Amino acid sequence: MTKLTMTVNGRKMSGTAEGRTLLSDFLRQDLGLTGTHVGCDTSQCGACTVHIDGLAVKSCAVLAMECEGAEVTTIEGMANKDGSLSVLQQAFQDHHGLQCGFCTPGMVMSAAALLQDNPRPSETEIRHHLEGNICRCTGYHNIVKAVLAASGQPVPEGVTATD
Amino acid sequence: MYEFEFSRPTGMQEALAAVAGGAQPLSGGMTLLPVLKQRLNMPDAVVSLTAIPEMKGVKAEGKLLTIGAATPHAVVAREAAAHYPALAKLAGGIGDPMVRNRGTIGGSIANNDPSACYPSAVLASGATIRTNKRSINADQFFEGLFTTALEEGEIITAVQFPIPLRAAYVKFDQPASRFALTGVFVAQYSTGVRVAVTGASDNGVFRWTEAETALSTRFTPEALGGVSLSPAGMMRDLHGTPDYRAHLAGVLCRRAVAAAI
Repeated sequence: MTKLTMTVNGRKMSGTAEGRTLLSDFLRQDLGLTGTHVGCDTSQCGACTVHIDGLAVKSCAVLAMECEGAEVTTIEGMANKDGSLSVLQQAFQDHHGLQCGFCTPGMVMSAAALLQDNPRPSETEIRHHLEGNICRCTGYHNIVKAVLAASGQPVPEGVTATD
Repeated sequence: MYEFEFSRPTGMQEALAAVAGGAQPLSGGMTLLPVLKQRLNMPDAVVSLTAIPEMKGVKAEGKLLTIGAATPHAVVAREAAAHYPALAKLAGGIGDPMVRNRGTIGGSIANNDPSACYPSAVLASGATIRTNKRSINADQFFEGLFTTALEEGEIITAVQFPIPLRAAYVKFDQPASRFALTGVFVAQYSTGVRVAVTGASDNGVFRWTEAETALSTRFTPEALGGVSLSPAGMMRDLHGTPDYRAHLAGVLCRRAVAAAI
């Protein structure tokens, strides 16, 4: 076991990891940040998405020790300083962008990365960007609406499925 | 995953020493980590190549574009766009955004997955694969299914692409994995046209020489009218038969030429 230190949600945090420890396991089991969900553990579903140095990645496909000294942001770091929901999180609630909620942390982290690069994405761009995040409940429409709303754009009554 | 020793050196010599000592090189890990999870490989040591500055970056000099082996797809998509748009577009279409932030060009071609996108660009461009030991021409590099000319202890440091006059890559997505069900990269140089097909052959990426000959005479989709690919040796799986893939390669090749001109 090796001591490992990284900045998580703005705070310097340390724990111990083996070479094979995944970042998702380190966050959940060592640091107790269980907001990051592990859906498939095969890097397909995107529920475990976090940001490393500002870039969205699937934390079940990254070794914890690759992140020594990195800046990691998880879903726990997305709320406002006073604990209220961020604009993006609130939009997921307002537009019912979740049912069971299991994929939601990954959806929010992925959508946040999109809005950083592209503050006013089109519906097609949103759908394309979220292709690495799988939701088995919503059919995606309300998630797309939430991201449109969070970017300050009008939300259409119905959204059309595009490829 | 079985336990292994992990290191992430910032210098090439340290990385090479680890690899010479039997460590498994790790780049973006988008294939290797799932493989380790499934216990299909059990190295005693893993050495990450992603903290070595000279293995990263996109640099254009004259008609050559050099990409460091540990450069993620997202960086290639952004930084190669002005120099080699078809290559940038290919990089921007691999997997999904999270995969593109981690996966690297060196990792992709060292793995030589028969359905990966990058090998087609490397082969169709006649690129040179630079390693710690030598330079390997793309025509000699890809040796078959998950097999390359790389020797034990040899790692890719960079890939050098001659920039073509015109080029395009068109793939038919496998809708779940986003791998190429079949993909065709077409590149036109002053010396002729090169065509590489991925996701089709049982033997991995290959050059389609009949299409190259036809397109070198006339670089139009119609020039491929009398050219067809034999289904012999094409992959058969849940998603497509050999006949389907051979036909698809022809369709995609015509679309790639149309996109390039």
